[in-house]
Amino acid sequence: MSFVTATDIFQSYGQRPILERVNVAVDEGEFISIVGASGCGKSTFLRLLLAQERPTRGEIRVAGAEPAVEPGLDRGVVFQRYSVFPHMTVRENIVAGESFRMPWGRFFGPRRRAANERADEVLARIGLSHVADQYPATLSGGMQQRLAIGQALAAKPRILLLDEPFGALDPGTRLSMHEFLTELRAETRMTVFMVTHDLEEGFKLGDRVLVFDKERWDPQEPNAYGATITYDFDARDGGMPFQRLLDQFPALAAQARQ
Amino acid sequence: MRLINRQPGVAFRAALIAVPFVLVVLAYMTGSAIRLAENPQDKLLPSISTIAATAERLFTEPDRRSETILLWRDTAASLVRLAWGVGISAVLATILGLLIGLLPHVRAGLASFVAVVSMIPPLSVLPILFIVFGLGETSKVVLIVVGILPFMTRDLSARVAEIPREMIVKAETLGASSRVIALRVALPQVLPRLIQSVRLSLGPAWLFLIAAEAIASQEGLGYRIFLVRRFLAMDVILTYVLWITLIAFLMDMTLRWLSRRLFPWTEASL
Repeated sequence: MSFVTATDIFQSYGQRPILERVNVAVDEGEFISIVGASGCGKSTFLRLLLAQERPTRGEIRVAGAEPAVEPGLDRGVVFQRYSVFPHMTVRENIVAGESFRMPWGRFFGPRRRAANERADEVLARIGLSHVADQYPATLSGGMQQRLAIGQALAAKPRILLLDEPFGALDPGTRLSMHEFLTELRAETRMTVFMVTHDLEEGFKLGDRVLVFDKERWDPQEPNAYGATITYDFDARDGGMPFQRLLDQFPALAAQARQ
Repeated sequence: MRLINRQPGVAFRAALIAVPFVLVVLAYMTGSAIRLAENPQDKLLPSISTIAATAERLFTEPDRRSETILLWRDTAASLVRLAWGVGISAVLATILGLLIGLLPHVRAGLASFVAVVSMIPPLSVLPILFIVFGLGETSKVVLIVVGILPFMTRDLSARVAEIPREMIVKAETLGASSRVIALRVALPQVLPRLIQSVRLSLGPAWLFLIAAEAIASQEGLGYRIFLVRRFLAMDVILTYVLWITLIAFLMDMTLRWLSRRLFPWTEASL
């Protein structure tokens, strides 16, 4: 049984179909990159995964549970912008990852101190200790996105959804963010969906790369058909998953030599 | 160099700030001197020295009958009314703004209603307020509320609705309930706007206060101005007008300072 399953997803806004017949199954711990041209529905698919929207037809189940009707604790998200709260300091933003589920959205007394200490550990790990008491607006774009990822992970979601998280960053910062994300993933083994328009980034980070595109195309009516998953690449080992197959299975290698 | 790129120096800027004030005072002094030269008894444009003497008398000498200094009593009465009116409006506008901005059901039910109500000219309902609430304090406070609440509500609900959807969704993924989103995400972000809104509303609030006081009152700055109008006491009226202007200006400055002080994150950036 797969961890996340999308079955026969159709999504249309009014008369205009965006997605059609999307079927995909993802195992726990996989890193899925979603790529495609602008307007091909990849962000729509992410919003469906997030349960920010519900599909016109079909359903998305996580761990076999009923399809979600609204975003919740099991799905963390990082958007390209507006992912941190500008009126809270960096530390408060991390604490919010744990405290927003409380009745009043905050901790009191000893729990508050404990949460602050945990937040400081998180900040040390994501390299933001020196700015713990500053407001996000004073941070660079890369630091804000690191904070956003740290905040999302503080809530301990089962799936992490990233919507072009590094799209607004300069190339150097983007590379260091790739390393940062790879390290975090090695620690948490979380299921990740990342929408990106950067193919290289998608193949570098992802275990699988899903390509969204329109299968049918009507030149007179470009909006007549929706997009679906046209390719599902295995992107492990730099896109060549079977290159070292013989190393993994020595018996097979012995047979091959004979 | 283009005009849009030319900046005045420090001294020149200070001079530019002073110019309109000096011009107005000079124009007044000239007009006053011309009229007083023709008729020393002229009451329309009293000289600056007359106004200063009147102001000193108003600020320090108690009234013979009531043995209180009327100007201070008027000021206290007016400020209390203003504080109630603006305070009630601010609290209600914040609550309504959050509800309309965040909850689709409340928005569907109230947004159009508020938009229509805000079109009612407040002064046109003043007689109704006097009939319903009597001639006492309540009707004056209610007039201020009727006058500025719809605008403030529309302003704040629009600001709440402008909060990026991403931020609300993010809070949802952190497990926040509607209440937590209202109190910890939306409210802190509209409070700076509330102060702006109060600053913008203070002008209309003074207008409605003085209008209500002029029509039916026993004390208050507006009442006094309209009372002494009968005696053509321009020196008293001008003193009161300058005093009101000063109070309004100080209020505006205080609110601006408060906004910067309470919400440092609005100014924080690289």
